[in-house]
Amino acid sequence: MTPLSPPLPERFGLPARWRGAVFGVLGVVVLALLWELYTVLGPEDGVVIGTLTVLPRTSDLAMPHLATMFARIFEPVTGAASARPLWQAVAAGSLFTLGIASVGWLVGVIVGLALALLLQRFRLAESAILPWIILSQTVPLIAIAPLVRRWGAQLQFGEFTWESWMSVALIASYLAFFPVSIGALRGLGSPDANHVDLMHCYAVGWWKTLWRLRLPASVGYLLPALRLAAVSAVVGSVVAEVSIGLRGGIGRLIVEYAGSAGGDPGKPWAPIFGSILVGLVAAGFVGLIGLFLRRFRRGEVSI
Amino acid sequence: MTGRSTIDSTISPAGNSSAVDVRGVSRIFAARRGPGVTALDDVSLVVAPGEFVSLIGPSGCGKSTLLRLIADLDTPTAGSVEVFGKPARQARIDQDYGIAFQQAGLLPWRTVAGNIELPLELHGVGKAARRARAAELIELVGLADFAGHYPDQLSGGMQQRVAIARSLAESPSLLLMDEPFGALDEMTRERMQNELVRICAETEAAVVFVTHSIPEAVFLSNRVVVMSPRPGRIRSVVTVGLGDRSRRGEDLREDEGFFQALSQVRDLLRGDEAASTPQGAQGVETR
Amino acid sequence: MRGSPMRGSPPRLLQTVLAPIVFGVVVVLLWQAVVTGLAIKAFILPAPLAIGAEFGSNLQNVANGMAVTGRNALVGLLIGAVLGILLAILSALARVFDDMAAPVVGALSVVPIVALAPVLYTMFGAGAETARQLVAALAVFVPVYFTTLKGLRQVRPVHRDLMRSYAVSSAQATRAVTLPTALPFVFTGLRIASSLAVISALIAEYFGGPVGGLGKSITSAAASSNYGLAWAYVLGSIILGLVFFCAALGVEKLVSRRTG
Repeated sequence: MTPLSPPLPERFGLPARWRGAVFGVLGVVVLALLWELYTVLGPEDGVVIGTLTVLPRTSDLAMPHLATMFARIFEPVTGAASARPLWQAVAAGSLFTLGIASVGWLVGVIVGLALALLLQRFRLAESAILPWIILSQTVPLIAIAPLVRRWGAQLQFGEFTWESWMSVALIASYLAFFPVSIGALRGLGSPDANHVDLMHCYAVGWWKTLWRLRLPASVGYLLPALRLAAVSAVVGSVVAEVSIGLRGGIGRLIVEYAGSAGGDPGKPWAPIFGSILVGLVAAGFVGLIGLFLRRFRRGEVSI
Repeated sequence: MTGRSTIDSTISPAGNSSAVDVRGVSRIFAARRGPGVTALDDVSLVVAPGEFVSLIGPSGCGKSTLLRLIADLDTPTAGSVEVFGKPARQARIDQDYGIAFQQAGLLPWRTVAGNIELPLELHGVGKAARRARAAELIELVGLADFAGHYPDQLSGGMQQRVAIARSLAESPSLLLMDEPFGALDEMTRERMQNELVRICAETEAAVVFVTHSIPEAVFLSNRVVVMSPRPGRIRSVVTVGLGDRSRRGEDLREDEGFFQALSQVRDLLRGDEAASTPQGAQGVETR
Repeated sequence: MRGSPMRGSPPRLLQTVLAPIVFGVVVVLLWQAVVTGLAIKAFILPAPLAIGAEFGSNLQNVANGMAVTGRNALVGLLIGAVLGILLAILSALARVFDDMAAPVVGALSVVPIVALAPVLYTMFGAGAETARQLVAALAVFVPVYFTTLKGLRQVRPVHRDLMRSYAVSSAQATRAVTLPTALPFVFTGLRIASSLAVISALIAEYFGGPVGGLGKSITSAAASSNYGLAWAYVLGSIILGLVFFCAALGVEKLVSRRTG
């Protein structure tokens, strides 16, 4: 990129990207081998010290082979003739959860940004509210998830009926907004004193300074926050689906299929892979946003 | 010390037409405890239009503070600052000056051209006019091949040239520069000084230039304001009679008058040390 | 001296301490006023006074729940922290290992770890707390690994050159430069992890396993429409989270003072 510096020397004759990918795949393979190795070599009843199970049981029911897990994905959900393949059910659940998480993420991002702007603009607001925001990140507020479950059936504002999925999205947005507000606040305050002085010299107001300087400068701080928010929104959605008891999402499938672990050990893993996929897609989406905003991250590789 | 003919102790010819008029300005920074720090104490200075004035002195002498007061980045505790006959604040709002800092302070997400256009854009200049002006300035600072580059692709010297071009964008009649070459190596620095002299001759702007390099101050200036610290005061003003700016070039650095002015400023700065050390090395010449 | 004039003077102590307290009190009062004033039903949001009363009368139950969940979080925190630090050291030493671990840990940081809870219950037995402790450990592992690795790579070239010029052994260099540089990062990771441990241990309870912890108590209280009690358990989990965070913060302060 820089005309002044020579390209980095390549190792093993592979560009850095490819090298990362190759070793990354290798890492996953090693992990898989460890799993299989333990199922073969580990004791049938696990390692128990006293009454505490230290290492898991290795029976096919407790630790199914990877092949079992993957084969199960392509089999029907149940024995019923009309049942669709498991992967379809998991994909549908994943999409459902991804949708709710997106709504939660979007609401969380908007609220978080608005709050950050408020705190940036008014110093009194910052010193009054910021400690609470930071404090609330250290406590398990997700614990309230089961407490909004009844909203679904009972809340109504005129034409508008509060639905269960909104409770889930609310929890997701609740978790998403913390990192955004903190990241955005830090980003908005990140321009050098130099740049702020310059804007003052140009005699431009707060809004113009915000648009031309503070917002672009905050991108480098905002993107990790958005990514964290996306992850939090997914976790929040999965947990909230479980504790609210919303049907249709991947969280619900995780709990539902866990019940069949006794006779069908591969089945519970399918929605777990689904939830991993949802997390990766959400993080990847934010990575895509970062790609479009690449220009604003130039300062990070500066001299 | 005041006996020397070239030292101008009556600070300047006052007049309505002055570019900068600083009168009896003090700036005291409040401390959490105690009386606070007096950064500037009763400083007066007049800069004529088209004049190049350097502020020089050891760190803590208030030279940067004085520049910030002129730029209305800070307000004086006492006294008044006028720029082109207006209060500093009004001059800032009217965009009567351009400014460059020690760090180039370019926005990393804008190209060279985009950075130079920034002040024009902020003040509502149309796109075509902006483009034309930026192209002109890029030519002026000799970066024609780099208009589309981003700051992180430029060397420190090139970044600083962009910053200077940006400060010139709105054709100000006054340039405020706070150690703009402070972070550059000596070779780049001398080249930039030559260019600044040329640019100033072309634009006929008055310049207030903060530096702590004696040769830099002498080479660039019509007058060198020597300041002393704790509290920040103007010790003396040296008029450098090196002639018309447009004729200043590399050979000036070998000129007899250049060396004379150099040692004069150096002596004045050394007076600081003598005054601040109790035993006083007043008579000792360490040339 | 060079503070920007756009944002006034630095905030006074009075403002930094008083403002959040006033804000907190106002919010709680407002909450109480709105709930009683608009007669909002308890299933939507109980009043703070009601929650306080339930908390007071069920102190023993809440404390028991805190003990169960707190113990899981603590075990998870210890396992995850030790694993995270050890693997980070391994990654710092061997580039190959780092390359292999990077995508796995990276993926772990963006997926809902708690989703593993049900299969962990199957693997370790649904009657044991082990699954919850492991979920907490995995959640803890991620930030501890990342911050420790960052800390180990933080040694400034000038310090490394200095050590080289002193011709000291690598063990000496590790003790003199690498460890003191990395330590603050490790404790930053532990501070983040301390909150994560509690949160993860708690939400793992929503996915099954034995009763007794705060998470199970919240769901069962909510299921029997005892919302005041459920919120009292929430209050308990907030206190538990604060205890963990403050403990981590305290250890961090203690270590940073000792190492200077």
